[in-house]
Amino acid sequence: MPSYRELLAQLRSEIEEVDVVRARELLAADGRPLLVDIRELDEWSEGRIPGAIHIPRGNLESRIEAAAPDKSQPIVVYCAQGNRSVFGAKSLEELGYENVVSLAGGYVDWKRSGFDTELPRSLDGAKRQRYSRHLLIPEVGEEGQMKLLDSRVLLLGAGGLGSPAALYLAAAGVGRLGIVDDDKVDASNLQRQVLHSTSRLGEWKAESAKRTLQELNPDVDVVPYRERLTSENAERILADGWDVIVDGADNFPTRYLINDASVWHGIPLVHGSIYRFEGQLTVFDTKAGGPCYRCLFPQPPPPELAPSCAEGGVLGVLPGIVGSLQASEALKLCLGVGESLSGRLLLFDALATEFSEVKLRKDPACPVCGDNPTITEYVDYVEFCSGRPAQV
Amino acid sequence: MAVTVKIPTQLRAVTGGVSEASVEGTTVAEVLDGLFAQFGELRERISDEQGTLRRFVNVYLAGEDIRFLDGVATSVPDGAELTILPAVAGG
Repeated sequence: MPSYRELLAQLRSEIEEVDVVRARELLAADGRPLLVDIRELDEWSEGRIPGAIHIPRGNLESRIEAAAPDKSQPIVVYCAQGNRSVFGAKSLEELGYENVVSLAGGYVDWKRSGFDTELPRSLDGAKRQRYSRHLLIPEVGEEGQMKLLDSRVLLLGAGGLGSPAALYLAAAGVGRLGIVDDDKVDASNLQRQVLHSTSRLGEWKAESAKRTLQELNPDVDVVPYRERLTSENAERILADGWDVIVDGADNFPTRYLINDASVWHGIPLVHGSIYRFEGQLTVFDTKAGGPCYRCLFPQPPPPELAPSCAEGGVLGVLPGIVGSLQASEALKLCLGVGESLSGRLLLFDALATEFSEVKLRKDPACPVCGDNPTITEYVDYVEFCSGRPAQV
Repeated sequence: MAVTVKIPTQLRAVTGGVSEASVEGTTVAEVLDGLFAQFGELRERISDEQGTLRRFVNVYLAGEDIRFLDGVATSVPDGAELTILPAVAGG
């Protein structure tokens, strides 16, 4: 059996190495290789080569395929001194990677040569523990979790849809959640609005939501807006800066206002709506070339043809399903991973336990996001849906 | 030439609770007329006086919005499925 030194020398002769000068050239050129830092977390935390991803040596084989699905992808592996990376490069070759090199001299030599390094931002121990199940997912990881902590999501409504959406977004560590709701907690809400509880009856929903969410996760900054979205306050609320908006409103006027606002501000809108046993869900992302709500339904129904929401009723768990899916879409948008529902309307029928999809197309004749928009300022439609007095 | 039409919950008040109807027709317009013959009150919920589809109701043929096909003139193959979908506000 060979000794460690003998094995290292043998493997070194079997793989390709580059020195730090050559590595820097490769990283600056077109077709930049994937730079993989295989050191331990404490080493990585003290500094890295800019642009590197971190996969500790012990996880290299299990995680590399998510980071580099294409086996012809050029890869530079480095550690501290250039020894562990010999073993790492050999492992990658055995997994079928065709263009792997090990950085001779490693990070120590890179730094000694006066080349750029950067300090990775990292999560502290408490956050690392809280979000550990996210950190284990390659598509999230530490970088993704920090993106979530930096993300700002505005929720319209702390009701049926807003409750599960806000709970999961807060639990996931979305850094700032805005909650727009001008209602107070009523006994008839508690069959589905799981943000609130019996002890909160009569409290403002936005405040009750804030208490629940901050108890769940103190990392989250909750901004309550104890008001109803109108043409008057829309710009002020949006000016607070949001990456994603989750629409869980209970009426058409708010839904059209927030659609138009999100188109004009280029903010993706995660739309969900529910009635009895059925839900509709999609993402409106006109900045990414997708359709908006008015491409789907150019105008709201007139009062006499819209069913009253309060009369219609809803299965308590239905908003739990649809609102959770909204949270999932919002998290994907914050992380920049996966395929969003943009361009697809997902329909859920709880009675049949059936999901189906229809295609949504961008309408060139859309009055807001079309080629010749006819609506260029906020429209306050007459309220007719939730049993409130009419307002224009 | 029978076509299956799926009726959403919101409109079932005018179909006596029926959620799916089998209707004869070779175009969307013919199918809708056949549907209105079965459920008279449905007509004014879905189309206006001119017979145009209302702007808060969409009709999908096999998952595709007929507005982006040939509208109500879109031909409908035998055994196809039409879905009527109104805007829903509830949250």
